[in-house]
Amino acid sequence: MRDDESGVLSKFRQGDADAFEALFRTHQRSVFGWVLRIVRDPDAAEDVTVEAFWRMHLAHARFDPARGFEPWARRIATHAAVDWLRKQKPESGMAPELWERVPAVAGSDSAITTEIREKTARAFSRLPAKLRVAALLAVVEERPHREVAEALGISVTAVKLRVFRALRLLRKDLSEQGIKP
Amino acid sequence: MTNDRKKGSGAGEQASATPSSLNHPHDISGGAGDQDAERMKQLLRSALPPLGDQQEPDRDLWPAMLRRFDEQNTPRASRVPWFDWALAGGLVAFAAIAPRAIPVILYYL
Repeated sequence: MRDDESGVLSKFRQGDADAFEALFRTHQRSVFGWVLRIVRDPDAAEDVTVEAFWRMHLAHARFDPARGFEPWARRIATHAAVDWLRKQKPESGMAPELWERVPAVAGSDSAITTEIREKTARAFSRLPAKLRVAALLAVVEERPHREVAEALGISVTAVKLRVFRALRLLRKDLSEQGIKP
Repeated sequence: MTNDRKKGSGAGEQASATPSSLNHPHDISGGAGDQDAERMKQLLRSALPPLGDQQEPDRDLWPAMLRRFDEQNTPRASRVPWFDWALAGGLVAFAAIAPRAIPVILYYL
């Protein structure tokens, strides 16, 4: 870690406003990108990013500069995003109109019909928030389980278990709708 | 980076497996449960395409952060619960309708 970075982190821990602004400007893009993966709505991701930085500001005294800012920020942002998901009504977070606003990096499988995709997305939005986040990060975004575990503040085994439960519940929901993946 | 994506699980394949056939995450025996889980993952990725690493906000979020600070610094009077305002409004209305009751109310306060 460079001396100037270390100095900024130490100042932030002491509650220095300029240090907070410097960290905000440095990390807002990465935090936004991470939050967007979870909430999948650019407007909401902006709000959640601001909320996450607000929580970081409030928790500055508990920040440990030796552990680095990025993992700490990501964990707080993840919890802010989970809280946002919990406040949403089921099926409101994955509306098809929102998918179009978010550019995807990979094409979808043409063998799976639009109707099945929509039903899958809606069934997914009905899952508990903590299962959804684990599945989104580990399965959809294909982030390493260790990274997901750090962001959620749980063990790698717990991440695998949440993904397993998410897929099982999703499959059950789809089966009840007559869809057999 | 991938976690545990496996090959050979066509997206359009039809299967008659039941939900319970998804293997437990600690079960390393493989088999049909793994294929079911892989199909579910593929279906999920198809329904919710990955967003990747290159997503950025359309604008600088620092002004929004400053607004958040301002909101927290606003006087407490502007954050009085609606019920308190309604109660105060009711009392004022009552006093306007029955002004003679004001001394009685004040006596019992």
